[in-house]
Amino acid sequence: MISLAGRDIMHSLGKFVLTGMGLGLLIGVTLSMAGIYRGLVDDGKALLENSGADLWVVQQDTIGPYAEASSIYSDVWRGIRSMPGVARAANATYFTMQVRQGERDVRAMVAGITAGELGTPGWPPHLIAGRQITRGHYEAVADFATGFKIGDRLQIRRNYYTVVGLTRRMVSSGGDPIVFIPLKDAQEAQFLKDNDAIWQQRHRTAANQAFNRPQVPGLLDAVIASQSTNSYVNAVLVQVEPGHDVDAVAESIRRWKRLTVYTRSQMEEILVGKMIATSAKQIGMFLAILSLVSAAIVAFIIYTLTLGKIREIAVLKLIGTKNRTIVGLIMQQAIALGVIGFVVGKITATLVMAPIFPKYVLLQPFDSIIGFVVVMVICMLSSIISIRAAMKVDPAEAIGG
Amino acid sequence: MDGKGVRIEGLKKRYGSGDTAVDALRGVDMQVAPGEVVGLVGPSGSGKSTLLKCLGAVIEPTAGRMILGDEIIYDDGWKVKDLRALRRDRIGFIFQAPYLIPFLDVTDNVALLPMLAGKPNPEARSRAIELFQALDVEHRAKAMPSQLSGGEQQRVAIARGLVNRPPVILADEPTAPLDSERALAVIRILNDMAQQFETAIIVVTHDEKIIPTFKRIYHIRDGVTYEEAGEGRSIA
Repeated sequence: MISLAGRDIMHSLGKFVLTGMGLGLLIGVTLSMAGIYRGLVDDGKALLENSGADLWVVQQDTIGPYAEASSIYSDVWRGIRSMPGVARAANATYFTMQVRQGERDVRAMVAGITAGELGTPGWPPHLIAGRQITRGHYEAVADFATGFKIGDRLQIRRNYYTVVGLTRRMVSSGGDPIVFIPLKDAQEAQFLKDNDAIWQQRHRTAANQAFNRPQVPGLLDAVIASQSTNSYVNAVLVQVEPGHDVDAVAESIRRWKRLTVYTRSQMEEILVGKMIATSAKQIGMFLAILSLVSAAIVAFIIYTLTLGKIREIAVLKLIGTKNRTIVGLIMQQAIALGVIGFVVGKITATLVMAPIFPKYVLLQPFDSIIGFVVVMVICMLSSIISIRAAMKVDPAEAIGG
Repeated sequence: MDGKGVRIEGLKKRYGSGDTAVDALRGVDMQVAPGEVVGLVGPSGSGKSTLLKCLGAVIEPTAGRMILGDEIIYDDGWKVKDLRALRRDRIGFIFQAPYLIPFLDVTDNVALLPMLAGKPNPEARSRAIELFQALDVEHRAKAMPSQLSGGEQQRVAIARGLVNRPPVILADEPTAPLDSERALAVIRILNDMAQQFETAIIVVTHDEKIIPTFKRIYHIRDGVTYEEAGEGRSIA
């Protein structure tokens, strides 16, 4: 038996392929939206994975350090380190800012990491160029996505840092690349005020009789010194010793240190379930709308193609063609359009759209399979209107009068 | 009649009901023998198309009897279950315009019918080629319909009507788009094919050029047919 759909497609191949390509661009955008969502989730997971921590110790009743502000004393880590089951503990600070380099600036998350060795929680686990931070001040390791190069001089607040190493896929949950600097510098940068603000603060403190007591020499200097130093960090990152139960260690820290502790799965829930929940819903809405638009376009295209063949369908029915053959003609064309659209869409999303998006677009094979199935279902459902129209065609239309 | 061809007795068709009812056919009697080509002539609205549609099993008559070959297909109700198969296997259609399927080549346009009837592709195609030889369009077998002249398209349409070797062919104004010479050529072909394949052919026409070529003519007026002997003028 002749494939009527195949012959019709081959007869007007150019028109069919161009239509498929148009649909493909729409499918490409839809696949890219799914990739953006996956990228958001992957960014969040990458942040947790790359931190090298099993537990995040943060200020009580907060969901810090990434989703909320958290502030704990910088010496808390010592007590935590001595607790049973804790292999390593290290302070960490995180804040997002514009990092300047020459005339340009880059949105980045600045991470303050403690001095130590490779494997210390918070440290970048691997570099693609250069070396790790070895000095206590003014060195930085930047992610490749910042566009910085080894030897570049960065400005964070008032201080300058030399880029000594580069990482890849070290990003915040928002997708901003991370710039690692020594903890002390980060602590200072986090709350560093400008000179005028410092002068005004000193002036106000000096004017306060409670701090400026002539009979207590040194009190004013001590208060001013405490105001201009930052003894807080955002979190303590903890690695649990092998063989110890992570939840048990977390519970122990909660109990004895009066702090909030999150395990990796809990932190993942915070990042994915809370931080990017709105973005995910937004993207989900976009996906739903794009799917509806795609369905409407496929339905319209197939309907138009079918209307253009009404006379042929009437003749086919008159000469005894079975309904299922006519349904097959329409359905196969809809599916062929979907296949062309999906192939074009997949290529467009992978080779054209994903590389030019500023944020990470993760196109997963499984998503592509789901996308293909959805496109096929949409095409089949969209062809129903056309099939109904074809079924209504009266074979008598082929006979004049 | 020897039990072949087509016979219609007292065929009636009413559209609508009550005050708005229209009697398109009021008792049509007609008989066409195998190998015979008869003309069906009448003014617009006389019931020609309705008769053709009833005979083509496209619409259901209201009453009467239709016998195709030696089988009663309608007797105050359809006697055939699968009208689609009846149209496919036992009735050939030739339309006013050729209405060839534009995305199938000439051979497939014709071979499609036997394929729909379950014939293997090679057999269906060889039947088509055989008819192309008889109709002198063999050299256009691989062409697409849009590459054919009007006369060639109509000959291919005739081949399509004949390919399943039906006992009856219904030709609805088959010469309307053609000039005199080609119109007469089509009628000559229909006569040849009718005799060669023992097919009864009913040609609905307005065309004054071809009316004199029929040996028998049915006039239809207000839903009633009147038989008349035609001139049966030979076609050179």
